[in-house]
Amino acid sequence: MDASISRRGFLQASGALVVSFTLLSRTFDSVAAERELPGSLKNTPYLDAWLRIDADGTITVFTGKAELGQGIKTALIQIAAEELAVLPPTIQLVTADTGRTPNEGYTAGSHSLQDSGAAIRNAAAQAREILLAEAARRWLLDPAQLTARSGQIVSENGHAAKYAELVSGQTLHVMAQPQSKLKDPHDFVVMGTPMKRVDIPAKVTGGMAYVHDLRLPNMVHARVVRPSSPAAELLSVDTAAVERMPGVLKVVRDGRFLAVIAEGEWQAVQAMRKLSAAARWREQGTLPAARELPKVLQSMKAEDAVVADEQLTAPPAKPVRTFEATYTRPYQCHASIGPSCAVAHLENGSLTVWTHTQGVYPDRAAIAEMLNLPQEKVRCIHMEGSGCYGHNGADDAAADAALLARAFPGRPVRVQWMREQEHAWEPYGPAMVTKVRATLNEKGKIGRWNYELWSNTHATRPGPAGNLLAARHLAMPFEPAPQSVRITPEGSGDRNAVPLYAFPNKHIVWHFLREMPLRVSALRSLGAYMNVFSIESFMDELATAAAVDPVDFRLDHLEDARAREVVTTAAQRFGWSTKAMPTNRGRGFAFARYKNLAAYCAVAVEVQIEPDSGRVRMLRAVAAVDSGEIVNPDGIRNQIEGGILQAMSWTLYEAVTFDDTRITSIDWSTYPILRFPSVPDSIDVHVIPRPGEPFLGTGEAAQGPAAAALANAIANATGKRLRDLPFTRERVRTAVTSAPT
Amino acid sequence: MALILNINGHPHEIATDPHTPLLYVLRNDLRLNAAKFGCGLGQCGACTVVIDGDPVFSCVVPIMLLQGRKIVTVEGLGTVEAPGPVQQAFIEKQAAQCGYCIPGMMMRAYALLLKMPDPSPEHIRAALEPNLCRCGTHMRIVAAVARAGELMRGSAQAIEPKSR
Repeated sequence: MDASISRRGFLQASGALVVSFTLLSRTFDSVAAERELPGSLKNTPYLDAWLRIDADGTITVFTGKAELGQGIKTALIQIAAEELAVLPPTIQLVTADTGRTPNEGYTAGSHSLQDSGAAIRNAAAQAREILLAEAARRWLLDPAQLTARSGQIVSENGHAAKYAELVSGQTLHVMAQPQSKLKDPHDFVVMGTPMKRVDIPAKVTGGMAYVHDLRLPNMVHARVVRPSSPAAELLSVDTAAVERMPGVLKVVRDGRFLAVIAEGEWQAVQAMRKLSAAARWREQGTLPAARELPKVLQSMKAEDAVVADEQLTAPPAKPVRTFEATYTRPYQCHASIGPSCAVAHLENGSLTVWTHTQGVYPDRAAIAEMLNLPQEKVRCIHMEGSGCYGHNGADDAAADAALLARAFPGRPVRVQWMREQEHAWEPYGPAMVTKVRATLNEKGKIGRWNYELWSNTHATRPGPAGNLLAARHLAMPFEPAPQSVRITPEGSGDRNAVPLYAFPNKHIVWHFLREMPLRVSALRSLGAYMNVFSIESFMDELATAAAVDPVDFRLDHLEDARAREVVTTAAQRFGWSTKAMPTNRGRGFAFARYKNLAAYCAVAVEVQIEPDSGRVRMLRAVAAVDSGEIVNPDGIRNQIEGGILQAMSWTLYEAVTFDDTRITSIDWSTYPILRFPSVPDSIDVHVIPRPGEPFLGTGEAAQGPAAAALANAIANATGKRLRDLPFTRERVRTAVTSAPT
Repeated sequence: MALILNINGHPHEIATDPHTPLLYVLRNDLRLNAAKFGCGLGQCGACTVVIDGDPVFSCVVPIMLLQGRKIVTVEGLGTVEAPGPVQQAFIEKQAAQCGYCIPGMMMRAYALLLKMPDPSPEHIRAALEPNLCRCGTHMRIVAAVARAGELMRGSAQAIEPKSR
């Protein structure tokens, strides 16, 4: 092409061509949009990857997601049963297993229903239509005259055939279509009604429910001796005495990865203790100054990224008031009640790992890379663990088991972490600092909103072997995967950093910290807990400054109709008012839409403060939640109740402690969490029905709002604003006795 | 030298090292899954069993102390097919998320209800203080324990006439 032809000239000269290209590309776009398959069907489009109907009538549904205690098995069974028109007990559900199920990545980010639920729902609906069509073909009838009911296709004129009679080998080996004939929500019989969880009976009767309970024939037990501190190097270890202990089969050492394998579990624990005492470490102080953590974070080298920059109106000419506040959060633990556990078995060059990982496929990739095995030689099977609340020690325990199975081939090796190992070595929820600056006009409306956050990434999950703890400790260590800032719709440290409120000007920056003095990763809700805590605390501070009721103040800035309904429902059910509370009592409110694209949740709480001790007791909480289409309403309530209580524990009690060398919060006495006497008298959760709307993830919706509601209630009760998490008794006492602010 | 342990009403001969904590014997020698390892320190209650009517951390009690004592675990409360009142109450109230802590909660609740058939929510909270739950299922656990009390009181009345 002649480069001298001007762009305008070219367009004039070839107008028709441009038009046709536009049309063409538009056609391509719309075809692509139509072809967009629902949920995880995008990556796994064949129907028979999701469900199978056997000759004996068994219906098996496959999901790449894992039960983490959130009740996903039950919800997925409800969805499949509804669209297939069968009773839920008819469905066998197979969860995450690289040998059997689709690859749905991680079970994380409150994605299971929108990914797997949508895939299974559409696959089941399409399978039902295929069965209807097959019956119609056989009976020479119009499919519209047929009905799917109780595992059969029946016709008005008396034909009936069981599903199993209508399928042959390849019937369901077809690509999913973009559109499904989904059941009308008005016709639901299983979805939208509470269903008892399928996993609970085994859990309350001593059934085999967890990977911890897996006992394979010929299985041996292992324990790992971790370094004495994150940077400790193993100088020497005399293993002879340990090797002579009863039941000990092998001491394994590779770099600073040290472990012992024994016949019995208690023998392994005793040998671990002796091995630990025999190990000599060289330690170095690599940890930051705990007392000045916020300062340390703000002084680290940061890579800045703009999360949002919305300038809808010119800055106001009239004088406005400007407010500013800084909030901080320490490192916090997942602190699963059951320490991480895995079983691995290397046999004939193939490795099987039973693990409570959140992602069997990424974990398989990491383990295969660590062991230098082809991925086909590694199979990861999910079995439940103790609740994980994000990336805890699960993958690392799987890596330990894999290394030990390689060192001891032929027999299954079970390894479980000790309590102090779980507390000291799990990847923590990152420490964060946030700073908000906003202007308020004379009408009580927010004009400019500037928000900065300082944080590491919140995702160092495996995939790469270097993200496995043990892989970093080997003589030929794998390096942690390098991190860099990425701004995505769902967010990481910046999750929920953008308020849903309609402010005319928003400017939000993530000071991304690459340096990671303590190992961190995904803790339930990622940055949303801290960002929502900060935003919603500051909203209350501004409401006070504007002399407007905090609920009204939120509504004044909220345009989204579903958000408004959640806010008004929670306020109304709580009995929100501006009446003065009795001395030392306070009420607090907060709201967020998780990730600004999942469930909406508003929380109102009432607290009682004991000024002398600094104890804060949450008396009651009321929540309203909009999770889109409801599958199991009781499942949603359970998740929101749990989210409120877990966030209450994080907010009042929890901080990882450390000196310059070692982690010092290594058990439940040094890392206290919520105990029963501090549990509120009541938590009421109101689920707003949204028939026909897409599923919106629920599992992480309550944490941010619960934390901020608590902070706002304490401020309401005491007149003092707490901005540094956690609100320990000491901090509350100090604030209450300080001069008025 | 073998020890005889009375577990859920049955004698078991145990040849393991007598210093072994009960938890490891329950889980590995007897293949009873319910009691869980949580901390090994007596701080979390996941391993709670009932011995002679009292809740005990099985992770810190060596079996040599237990000869002749009556040990009850969740397996002794009932089965999936015939759940006992405490199990029935936890199912009814859907009082579990991950469920790892729940067997310990059930045994502590069982010990409470043996001594105090109709506890108030405050009694229940105080009794469950040694046991940790991380999922935040506390409200349902308290409700389930109260319900278990009702069921146990009900079944006691129902059984009495028969056992004349």
